[in-house]
Parts: sequence; structure tokens; C-alpha cells
Amino acid sequence: MIAFIASAVFCFVLWLLLTFNGRMWGTDEIIAGIVMAAIAGFAARKIFVKDFKLANPKRWIFFLAYLPRFFFEMAKANFDVAYRVLTGRIRPGIVKISPGLKTDLAITVLANSITLTPGTLSVDVDEERNLYVHWINVKDEVLEKMPRECRPICSTFPDWARRIGE
Amino acid sequence: MMWEILYIFLGVGIFFNLLGSLGLLRFPDVYTRLHAGTKCTTFGSISICLAVIGYGLWKWYEGDKQMITMAIHSFIALVAILLTNPTGAHAIARAAHRSGVKPAKAVVDDLEEEKND
Amino acid sequence: MNPFMITLVFALIAIAMAMVRVVLGPTIPDRVVGLDTINTLVIAGMVLFGAATKEIIYIDVAIVYALLSYVTTLFIAKYLEGSKL
Repeated sequence: MIAFIASAVFCFVLWLLLTFNGRMWGTDEIIAGIVMAAIAGFAARKIFVKDFKLANPKRWIFFLAYLPRFFFEMAKANFDVAYRVLTGRIRPGIVKISPGLKTDLAITVLANSITLTPGTLSVDVDEERNLYVHWINVKDEVLEKMPRECRPICSTFPDWARRIGE
Repeated sequence: MMWEILYIFLGVGIFFNLLGSLGLLRFPDVYTRLHAGTKCTTFGSISICLAVIGYGLWKWYEGDKQMITMAIHSFIALVAILLTNPTGAHAIARAAHRSGVKPAKAVVDDLEEEKND
Repeated sequence: MNPFMITLVFALIAIAMAMVRVVLGPTIPDRVVGLDTINTLVIAGMVLFGAATKEIIYIDVAIVYALLSYVTTLFIAKYLEGSKL
């Protein structure tokens, strides 16, 4: 029931955003929105709400604090790719990292983050939530040890993912 | 003044979009092409969406009431790009590795060793 | 000339370059990467065209296109993996 109400409210807010045109909404728009949001919320309640972790406002504050860092890293990643496109200097390889995250939400945040940040692209994930990362510029010091170190590959992103997702 | 800011955003966007396509042509295998095709086009398209959001807000501020709708809808398009693009890239990379495409010139491949054990 | 239109012309050039990869691509995943890139560029192009003509309907189409192309990419990837859909 709570899942249904949460997803219906989400759908209704999205409807209000999409139908806003500079004036207040008319009564007919509001009524149509409530009916549509109820149908869509009922259909999607098991997909949108799996557990109630996202109800904690602390996660949203951490997420907002994470965004500027994320966009900065994304801009850096683009100049990195630009350099490699123009010079053709690559040394690719697939490495396995064990960030030690416990929830699916955290590993999703981490995987999406490292795909958009410099030189790395997540390829696969296994049952113990180890990530396989395609790295475009493999450094030698990481290859020596077998549980690979996270730090040179994805800097401090596992800490942020832990704060947001656990 | 406002136009110059929009020119900068549009210029950055189109520069990285062209660079992404160029990388798609120049890189040797699927994974490195995904690097170019995902990172550059995501950043470029987000920059273009930001330019359109700025344009909509500016025209709205000058009195065209319809243009706030353009800004909001461009923002939703931006969020859609930001959420769907990296996930699609994972799906393609995983499918490529499972269907047997080896990374070209790779110095290490932990995933391949894992499968052979 | 409208600056959004000029940017749109460059976006079309980028789409043409990605199209070369779709035609050439030695393996099927290469072609899928090219298609994914074209999808993102088409979304950016639709947003630009909507801004150039001041028609909001094109931006709505871009949102729907973004979500549908994402589902398409996921399904092609599933098919390449060889598992059941």
C-alpha cells in the first residue's frame, strides 16, 4: 500500500511537471493526472519501490553533495578521452575490483559513476558484487597484486556509493 | 551577453559529440569504442540540453510564458539521457564479452581468467 | 541564421560519422555501439530542433525516444548474450 502511494505520488509530480505551461493547472488536468498517476503507480509499484532505503533524507543530501564532484570528474573524463582519440595512446585491459559494497543500490551508483568518469567502463558484476572494469590506461603497479586496489582505478567513488546506498 | 554563454555551451556540446563519433571511427575494438561513444556523447548532449534550458529560462524571464515548458521538458530529457546512457553501455559491454569479443591489445583480462577456472 | 540550427547541422555530421561505423563494424557489438551513439545524438538533435523552431512537441518526442531507445538497446544486448528475453 505504501509502495503504491509512493509511486503514484512520484508519477503525479512528473505529470504536473510535464503539463505545466506557465499558468496554473486547470481542474480537468489535475483530475486526469490523479487518474493516470493511480493507474501507472499501481502498475509500477513493485518496480519503483523494492525497499524503503530511499525514504531516508540523509541519502538524498549525500547524493546532492555528490553531484558537483561527479560532474567535475565527468568533464575530466571527456578531456581524457579527447586526448586518447587524438593521439591514439591506449593500453587497455579488464581488471577485477572488490569494492566490498553490500547493497544493489550502492553497486548501481558505483557502476554508473565509473562508466562516466576517466578511463574506466564497467563490464560485468558477479554474485559477490565484484566489478569487472575495462580500463583504457592500465598502470603497472596495479597488476602486481591480485586483489586489485580500488584506489588508482576508481579513486574515492566506493566511499560515496557506500554513503548513498547503504 | 546571454547569447555568448549559450554559444559556449553549444560549442562544447557539439565539439564533444563530434569527438565521440571520431573516436568511434578511430579506436580498435568494442570496449574502447564504448568509452568514446558513451562518455563523449553523454557529456555533449547534456551540454546541449543545458544550453536549451538556459535559452528557455531566458525567454521566459523576458515575458514569453510558453518557454518555461521548454526548459522543464529539456531538463527531463537531460535526466533521461544521464540515467539511461551508462546503463545501456554496461549492457552492450557485458553482451560483447559474453558473445566472445576479446579486448584488442589487452594487457590483462581478469574476466576471461575467471571464466576459465 | 539560428545558432541552434547550425549546431544541428554539426550533430547531423556526427550522426553520419557514427553511421559509417554501423556499416563497417566488423562484429555485431560494434554495430550496436554505433546505433547507441546515433540514438543519443538524435535525442540531442531533436532538442536542438525544438529550440530552433520554438516547438515544444519535438522535445516531448525526444524524451519518449530516449526511453524507447534505451529499452531497445537492452533487448539487443540480451539477444546478443544468447539468453531468453
